[in-house]
Amino acid sequence: MTTVSMTVNGKAVSADVEDRTLLVDYIREHLRLTGTHVGCDTSQCGACVVHVDGKAMKACTMLAVTADGADVTTIEGVANGDLHPMQKAFNDNHGLQCGFCTPGMIMSGIDMVNRYKADGKTLDETAIRHELEGNICRCTGYHNIVKSIQQAAGEM
Amino acid sequence: MHNTKYHKAGSAADAASLLSGADDGTVLAGGQTLIPTMKARLAAPSDLVDVSCASDMRGISVSGNTVTIGAAMTHAEVAGSSEVRAICPAICDLASNIGDPAVRNRGTLGGSVANNDPAADYPAAMLALGATIKTNTRDIAADDFFTGMFDTALDEGEIITSVSFTAPSKGAYAKFPNPASRYAMCGVFVASTDAGVRVAVTGAGSDGVFRAGDMEAALGSDFSASALDGATVDAGDMLSDLHGDGVYRANLVKVMAKRAVTAAG
Ligand SMILES: Cc1cc2nc3c(=O)[nH]c(=O)nc-3n(C[C@H](O)[C@H](O)[C@H](O)COP(=O)(O)OP(=O)(O)OC[C@H]3O[C@@H](n4cnc5c(N)ncnc54)[C@H](O)[C@@H]3O)c2cc1C
Ligand code: FES
Ligand code: FES
Repeated sequence: MTTVSMTVNGKAVSADVEDRTLLVDYIREHLRLTGTHVGCDTSQCGACVVHVDGKAMKACTMLAVTADGADVTTIEGVANGDLHPMQKAFNDNHGLQCGFCTPGMIMSGIDMVNRYKADGKTLDETAIRHELEGNICRCTGYHNIVKSIQQAAGEM
Repeated sequence: MHNTKYHKAGSAADAASLLSGADDGTVLAGGQTLIPTMKARLAAPSDLVDVSCASDMRGISVSGNTVTIGAAMTHAEVAGSSEVRAICPAICDLASNIGDPAVRNRGTLGGSVANNDPAADYPAAMLALGATIKTNTRDIAADDFFTGMFDTALDEGEIITSVSFTAPSKGAYAKFPNPASRYAMCGVFVASTDAGVRVAVTGAGSDGVFRAGDMEAALGSDFSASALDGATVDAGDMLSDLHGDGVYRANLVKVMAKRAVTAAG
């Protein structure tokens, strides 16, 4: 067991965890923030994407102990009173069907818009599709997800 | 995942001593290969020594034509380095197409090279660039480093600290990603320097990354895509699986080599 401390959605948290505890299990089982999903065991689906120190990472492919001292944001932490522009865009464009992949899509979407803005690059449809390579959706065929991210990119 | 004991190393020397004190310890870098492997219980190290923050394994330096990249640098950091891009854009482009953005934010150059997955991208770059793999104990030439699929010249407990190479006058990497995994079905890195042309192929060979001698000879006298018309790789030495048989992959090597030469200009 190791004591880990980090900031999650702006709140300081701390717990004793087994060293093998995945960050996603810490978030879901210990903190009971169940918006971050687990969709695979091969690190391929992206349902578990969270931001660690501002960067998109797969919480299923990282140990909680590795995130000791980090600043973590999950889907529960992106709305600020009102929905985040990315959440609103998924709502406006019906960017989901069952919704299982949506938390990861939104976290990856926010990350890509932030990165492209910081680099002064345009996030067009081709770029969005390339950037979504690590997020799998079994329902929508991606079309409305891409539209949602495009809308949010214009508003963020 | 079986239980394990986690340690964070501050330096390569710190990591080496933590490893030597462990029963059956393993280096953990970005974890993008090791953690899925541990989740599948295909690996169960007693101890994990995390080198992702080891200060002497981080950083990028460019001096003249020599590029040195710390083993703990992530794919995203290499892709985004304007210093490296100015002198060797091919390696930045290669890094920017590994996996997906989240994998690139954690996966490291050292982890990719140490793992030597037969479909990984970096091994082709290291071999074509004639890179030197620096470890905590010695320097190893890329030609001697990659010793077959998932196999390297690293000794037990040896840690890659950085890699360095001379930027080629012309160089490019062309990758045909597997449509499902996005790993290379075939990736060809072509590098032209004063010493000649080197062509390294990943994804296609049945024993991991290899140099295509025929193609190197053809490009040595004429650095153009058409010079490769008559060059071949042996289909019998290629991987043959549900994604493509040996003949298909041998042809793919030629197609990707031509694309790389064209992109290199
Ligand atoms: C969804 C997905 C897609 C991917 N797609 C691609 C792709 O298209 N192309 C590609 O090339 N790769 C791909 N990868 C693999 C990725 O690039 C990994 O980051 C890389 O293979 C391993 O690097 P790591 O830092 O994560 O190492 P880890 O997983 O931490 O370690 C891997 C192995 O290397 C050893 N090791 C790590 N660092 C060192 C060191 N400094 N010295 C000695 N030994 C060390 C470890 O002990 C372990 O055995 C993908 C991975 C995922 C999950
Ligand atoms: S649950 Fe993390 S990638 Fe699928
Ligand atoms: S909406 Fe069902 S998986 Fe994407």
